[in-house]
Amino acid sequence: MTTPSWMEALALKSASIPFRRKLVIVWAVIFGVMGVVFALARFDTDWMRRNFLFIATGLRTTVFIAVAAIILAIVLALLGALGRLSKNPIAFGLTGFYTSFFRGTPLIVQMFLIYFALPQMGRAGPDWLGDLLILDAVPAGILALGLNYGAYMTEIFRAGIQSVSGGQTEAAGAIGMNYAQTMRRVVLPQAIRVIIPPTGNEFIAMMKDTALVSFLGATASQLEVFRKAQLLGRADNRNLEAFIVSALLYWGLTTVFTYFQGKLERRMGTGYTREGQPVRKAAAHG
Amino acid sequence: MAEAVVRIEGLRKTFVDLEVIRGVDLDVHKAEVVVICGRSGSGKSTLLRCVNFLEEPTAGTIEVAGMKLGPGLPTRTRRDQIRALRMHAGMVFQDFQLFPHMTAIGNVMEGPVTVKKMEKEEARSQAMRYLEQVGLADKAEQHPIRLSGGQKQRVAIARALAMEPDVILFDEPTSALDPELTGEVLAVMKSLSTDFHKTMMVVTHEMAFAREVADRVIFFHNGVILEEGPPDEIFAAPQFDETKRFFQAVL
Repeated sequence: MTTPSWMEALALKSASIPFRRKLVIVWAVIFGVMGVVFALARFDTDWMRRNFLFIATGLRTTVFIAVAAIILAIVLALLGALGRLSKNPIAFGLTGFYTSFFRGTPLIVQMFLIYFALPQMGRAGPDWLGDLLILDAVPAGILALGLNYGAYMTEIFRAGIQSVSGGQTEAAGAIGMNYAQTMRRVVLPQAIRVIIPPTGNEFIAMMKDTALVSFLGATASQLEVFRKAQLLGRADNRNLEAFIVSALLYWGLTTVFTYFQGKLERRMGTGYTREGQPVRKAAAHG
Repeated sequence: MAEAVVRIEGLRKTFVDLEVIRGVDLDVHKAEVVVICGRSGSGKSTLLRCVNFLEEPTAGTIEVAGMKLGPGLPTRTRRDQIRALRMHAGMVFQDFQLFPHMTAIGNVMEGPVTVKKMEKEEARSQAMRYLEQVGLADKAEQHPIRLSGGQKQRVAIARALAMEPDVILFDEPTSALDPELTGEVLAVMKSLSTDFHKTMMVVTHEMAFAREVADRVIFFHNGVILEEGPPDEIFAAPQFDETKRFFQAVL
């Protein structure tokens, strides 16, 4: 049985085309099909163009939430890791509770607890406490994201600290360093190489999870991308266009950061010195 | 006899249910070089690590430069006492354990600057003198990864010296080195004794070094000092079969 010659021709033709060019064709087809589908769904590109900037300005709040929350998460993860590695039962127990609770419950539930449930607790106490526990949407979102990601990143920090050999701690102890000096001067500067790449991944994941803050009903001045898209899409009955814009914005944001993350990871992988001299060059001397 | 820099009395150390050190009394005097040898697993490294409390003794006392410590709970006071003692007992490890993120001179300065709160400039010039002493002044700005094993160990010796300890503990300082690199490290160690009169406790299998530099050789066996004496005597006429067999194997 002979196969149709056009298939053979296509197979032969295909073999001569570089893989990258094929990839470009595949992506082009995907976007082409999507374009057709959107056109059939009467996708309003005009509306999109008019409102893109309004939604895009939400990136400021989105990035602000993510940056503030990752800073909080890094602090918590460091304390959490030191606690998990501690022989002190209070430190070990506290951090054990922290990681177990915040990894074992949904992020959205934690957000609701902080935003909606804390004020109720505050009412039971003195006035000043009640005022303290009523948080705006953005601070509440930052707190929840920071606590949640800090719990996950505790594991990253713990592994990073444990990647530094016990001999280093002994050497630091042998010249009379105390625990804090050993951590600050010897262990953490080495652990950071192991910690930074996965922390970058967590940051990228967190940027997407900032969308959950929209459920807390942010005030007008602090609208992040997804909230803006929701409000605008509902008002003009243009949900498809609005959510596509927000999706594209998150996609763009994570793509940019993934690119820098990749660069950083390669750099951390080769360098072993604080000044970032590449090891490959140095190893030739050893 | 000169004063004892290190005084070990009734030392015992048990790991879980294995008694590794079973009653050791030992005085090390000022400017004395004591070489501790013995089969692997005899407890000689543990003995050395007990002197600066990298291992917690189970029983007995350790006295370094007049500071006497026994077993105890890890309270804040006790941790402070252990740190104070360690500043008088420098240590050189088998696997160097230089800080890889610091330059050679950074490694040497680290103790004086961070622990002794010495001014950076003063610590730097002092560190430079110690690097010169171990013959590595030209490698001051290199990171450990660019140094050979012998050079790393010499930087580690300079790092220990920089704390100006009363005794330096060497835990098999040449065991991790290629044979052609042991000489440079042993030469530095010899000069510490002959030129600078440092007090040293050395766990090693380098019997030529022991013969040349040691004031006293201790043969450690099954957690006790089986035999000790000046190198010439102990090498020439060991009293016990275990000692004889060990020296036959390593000499």
